[in-house]
Amino acid sequence: MSLLEAPVRVRTAHAVVAASGLTRQYGEGDTTVHALRNVSIEIEEARLTAIMGPSGSGKSTLMHILAGLDAPTEGSVTIDGVEITGMNDKQLTRLRREHIGFVFQFFNLLPMLTAEENILLPLSIAGEKPEREWVEELLETVGIADRSTHRPSQLSGGQQQRVSIARALISKPSVLFADEPTGNLDSTTSKDVLALLRHSVEELGQTTVMVTHDASAAALADRILFLADGQIVKEVRGSTAAEVLAAMQEVSGR
Amino acid sequence: MIAVALKGLLGRKTRAILTALAIVLGTGMVSATLIFTDTLHRAFSGVFSAPYEQASVVVSGKQIVTGAANTPSVPASLVARIKKVPGVEAASGGFLFTTVKLVRANDKAIGKGGPQFGFGVDPADKRFTPLALTTGRWPSGPGEIAIGAVTAAKEHFAVGDTIGAKGTGHVHHYTITGLAEIPGVSSGSATLAAFDVRTAQVLLDKQGRYDSIAVVGSPDVTPRALAARIRPLLSEAETVRTSAAEAASVNKSVTGGISGFKYILLAFAGIALFVGAFVIFNTISMTVAQRTRELATLRTLGASRRQVLRSVLLESAVIGALASLFGLVLGLGLFKALETLFTGLPQAGTVFSAQTVVVTIVLGTGITLLAGLFPALRATRVPPIAAVREGAELPVGRFHRYKPYVAGAVIAVAVFAIAAGVLSGGGAKSVLVPAAGGMLLLFIGVAMISSSLVAPLIRVVGAPARRLGGSMGRLASANSGRNPARTAATAAALMIGLALVTFVAVLASGLESSTKGDLTRQVKSDYIVVPDTSTSATYFDAATGPALASVRGITSVSAVRSDNARVLGSTISVNGIDGATIAGAYRFAWKDGSDAVLTDLGNGAIVDSKWAKTRKLSVGSPFQVQASNGTKRTFVVRATYHPKFQAVFGGILVDRSHFDRMFPNPQNGYVFVNVASGASPAATAALAKSLRPFSDVTVQSTPGWIKTQLNDIQTTLDVFYAFLALSVIVSLFGMVNTLVLSVFERTREIGMLRAVGVSRRQLRRMIRHESIITALIGAALALPLGIFLAAILTRAMSSQGLSFHLPLTQLVYFAWVAVVAGVWAAVLPARRAARLNVLQALQYE
Ligand SMILES: Nc1ncnc2c1ncn2[C@@H]1O[C@H](COP(=O)(O)OP(=O)(O)OP(=O)(O)O)[C@@H](O)[C@H]1O
Ligand SMILES: [Mg+2]
Repeated sequence: MSLLEAPVRVRTAHAVVAASGLTRQYGEGDTTVHALRNVSIEIEEARLTAIMGPSGSGKSTLMHILAGLDAPTEGSVTIDGVEITGMNDKQLTRLRREHIGFVFQFFNLLPMLTAEENILLPLSIAGEKPEREWVEELLETVGIADRSTHRPSQLSGGQQQRVSIARALISKPSVLFADEPTGNLDSTTSKDVLALLRHSVEELGQTTVMVTHDASAAALADRILFLADGQIVKEVRGSTAAEVLAAMQEVSGR
Repeated sequence: MIAVALKGLLGRKTRAILTALAIVLGTGMVSATLIFTDTLHRAFSGVFSAPYEQASVVVSGKQIVTGAANTPSVPASLVARIKKVPGVEAASGGFLFTTVKLVRANDKAIGKGGPQFGFGVDPADKRFTPLALTTGRWPSGPGEIAIGAVTAAKEHFAVGDTIGAKGTGHVHHYTITGLAEIPGVSSGSATLAAFDVRTAQVLLDKQGRYDSIAVVGSPDVTPRALAARIRPLLSEAETVRTSAAEAASVNKSVTGGISGFKYILLAFAGIALFVGAFVIFNTISMTVAQRTRELATLRTLGASRRQVLRSVLLESAVIGALASLFGLVLGLGLFKALETLFTGLPQAGTVFSAQTVVVTIVLGTGITLLAGLFPALRATRVPPIAAVREGAELPVGRFHRYKPYVAGAVIAVAVFAIAAGVLSGGGAKSVLVPAAGGMLLLFIGVAMISSSLVAPLIRVVGAPARRLGGSMGRLASANSGRNPARTAATAAALMIGLALVTFVAVLASGLESSTKGDLTRQVKSDYIVVPDTSTSATYFDAATGPALASVRGITSVSAVRSDNARVLGSTISVNGIDGATIAGAYRFAWKDGSDAVLTDLGNGAIVDSKWAKTRKLSVGSPFQVQASNGTKRTFVVRATYHPKFQAVFGGILVDRSHFDRMFPNPQNGYVFVNVASGASPAATAALAKSLRPFSDVTVQSTPGWIKTQLNDIQTTLDVFYAFLALSVIVSLFGMVNTLVLSVFERTREIGMLRAVGVSRRQLRRMIRHESIITALIGAALALPLGIFLAAILTRAMSSQGLSFHLPLTQLVYFAWVAVVAGVWAAVLPARRAARLNVLQALQYE
């Protein structure tokens, strides 16, 4: 019970994303849902941060708020030191172009574009010219160089997710958010995708935040935050899958 | 982003094509109308201005009255005097485009309502005739004629044959010496008859006169200067103009007729485009809704609202531009159809002007863009978070809650505009512009509120489906109510066409019943003699009266003269009646007077009470009448009468003997005949026989004549229906579109239905019922709306005697048409739904 009363405060030196006092309520009156209760968090640079917790604990909500997709009821978020709460649509659009990358559970690739076109889409939206070298490197890294002219419907789930990771990486965002990136994949393909995320953190120094239900996925993270009932209840660093599982048990068995 | 939009469009090809079809018909009609009227214009101006190209100036009679029985002419002696004017090289008198009817051996006139042109050609100087000889030689003397080559081929006449021709009097017979045509123009159903000018004078009863004199000046005199030199020679009844001015004025009068026609056709095209805009609005709205996830993903990748707006608008623009291009092509096809529909008009080479291309493309693309604007604005409101939320709904707009009030305001403004237009009592423009604008607004307003009418309407029109359609019918009824806004928009498109059809039908029904009642009330005689429908004439030989009087068994003949005259500054029809016999043939609806005035009319006149009122005349007021030849005479109002809506006579009736004294070449408008034992086939035959020499008149029993008048209304009505059918077809595309999209949306659900044992046939039935329900909602909105609009118009015209009459069987028929439309629209979508593979459908995400 003490965990609930005294939320864990997390502080590190190089915070790409910092949030303080985040509260998010849905609805009003009797039916109010407190998705987040006074959450403060900092995401470290060039690290893979995993967010775990039982269903309905507020993981997605937290991530949406950190990424500027949703606004908190109270509290504030900064990305690269810039306050994003209260930004207007134009400023948020620029933020997404320059600082944020998304990887979705259901990939969200555009069906009429080829894999490569999908990857280049953020640049074309921003009206920027792709650096050929960087594109080649990315295609190589995500391992779909030979499939670059295929359309999403011609790719497997794992391949599609790798394309969507490449799409998120193409604009070299300050932070990459992934909500259950392996939630729609089988365990083998999941491994490939997770390895790719890990690789991008290590080799490219890509700051990444990942929501997951999978203990073995979380075990790859540098740091794991546990959410329960809208609060951060535990933080773990560099643990094995077994340790993660145990921590999860503890959190949900509360 | 542009590539994304275009590729997205390619990925939704069927949808794009169906959307485009909605506007293709409209743009096709626009371009067909423009091509048709441009071509007509060229043909007509080619025909009528050709004769003036060779002349410097033209001398002609001043036209005081339009549409008169007698066309103005100039004395032949003027030619000699003009020739003496310094600077005149040549002057030649003749007849151009006057009316001469060709007559077959059986005494029937040739040509079906087309113009019947006659020419008097100066044998010494043929350069002023628009005709060119194709076979034989020019007629040169009494008894000779050249006729149109087309007519000759159609009617099997050849050089050497004998043919009848008729000017103002009896039929004369001539030998054909040659065939002629107007170069570069097909004369259509117009007949051409050319004579030596002297022969023409005899035939037209214009001895010693010409229609016009063409004058050629020497090169050192400008046409203007030449006209100034000739002017002093002319009397008040004659005028001289440069040939350029003459050609321009001829062209102007022709263009006037064509542009009236053009605007009517464009109005129908406009309606089709308006309906198309509804369909496009609906389709793009649905597409945007279905693409919510995709648009949100683009937003998370950094796309701005403006980019989203642009990409959706670009899609509309491409669809609109492509549709316009297809419309242009279709326009060429429709143009051919129009040409066959309106045969008998002269034809020249197809005129496909740059203006046609520009107007069609700008209009088609513009309307599509406009229709796509609202859905595109909605698309910009898709929040990025919709990319991660399952089943995210588009947020409603800021102004959404005001929608019912806005709709109410729109309807109020619309009704006000219609009322203002209809009651304005001004010219066609001041009535039509606000009334038509009001109708469009009314349709928009009703469409806006219709989404809230969908649920109650489904309860009514969905009843047959629920009762008779089994479980599938019940499902269909429920499905129709799932997205009321969509069902409403789809039904609204159909509503517009059907409402207009209903409007026209109700109006026409009132018109028919008023016409029938009014004519029956007015005409008492057993028979009525009128110009034959195959001629475009409004007057006929005055000698018909005496000819009929000699038939056995006749109790009375009352010939009524008719001509146009100028009265108080405007042209009006004047009739000359025989006071002794008219009371037995015509029933006057007296306002101020009685049958007693008929017998001693003297210099009195009977006038329409409405007309008298607007002219501030009453019994005892004198007024002046001027005939086409300039003769003036003063009449005094003796009595006023007012036949209700359909008047047989014009506004002014005078005594026949006075009429004959003042009007040149007096002609009949009607002859009323009573026979001893009432109308019978024998009596009809006897009357017809006595009229044989007149070739262009016909005798009909009074009920038969009234029926002919009603048929004329029906013919016009049929043309209206045909054009409005195009709008209904456009809305049909909209229904197909909506169904295809909703089948696509429900792929997984349909897979589930199939998995639990629904057969293909049952699935098809479900879609068909949905379609029929939508169509019936359209009809349920359309019929009352159409009746309401017709009621307003009838009400406004009730003071003129137009009555309101509901054509019930026709209305039931229209509802039936809606059902058939629904069945048709469902064919393709139902087939698509039935073809879905169960497994794939279930896996579909
Ligand atoms: N749009 C919404 N409206 C109302 N309540 C919401 C909404 N979104 C989330 N919630 C509620 O907020 C709480 C947190 O939801 P959230 O989606 O963040 O959970 P989660 O941890 O991501 O769960 P899961 O693991 O199932 O994805 C839940 O109780 C949920 O019901
Ligand atoms: Mg979640």
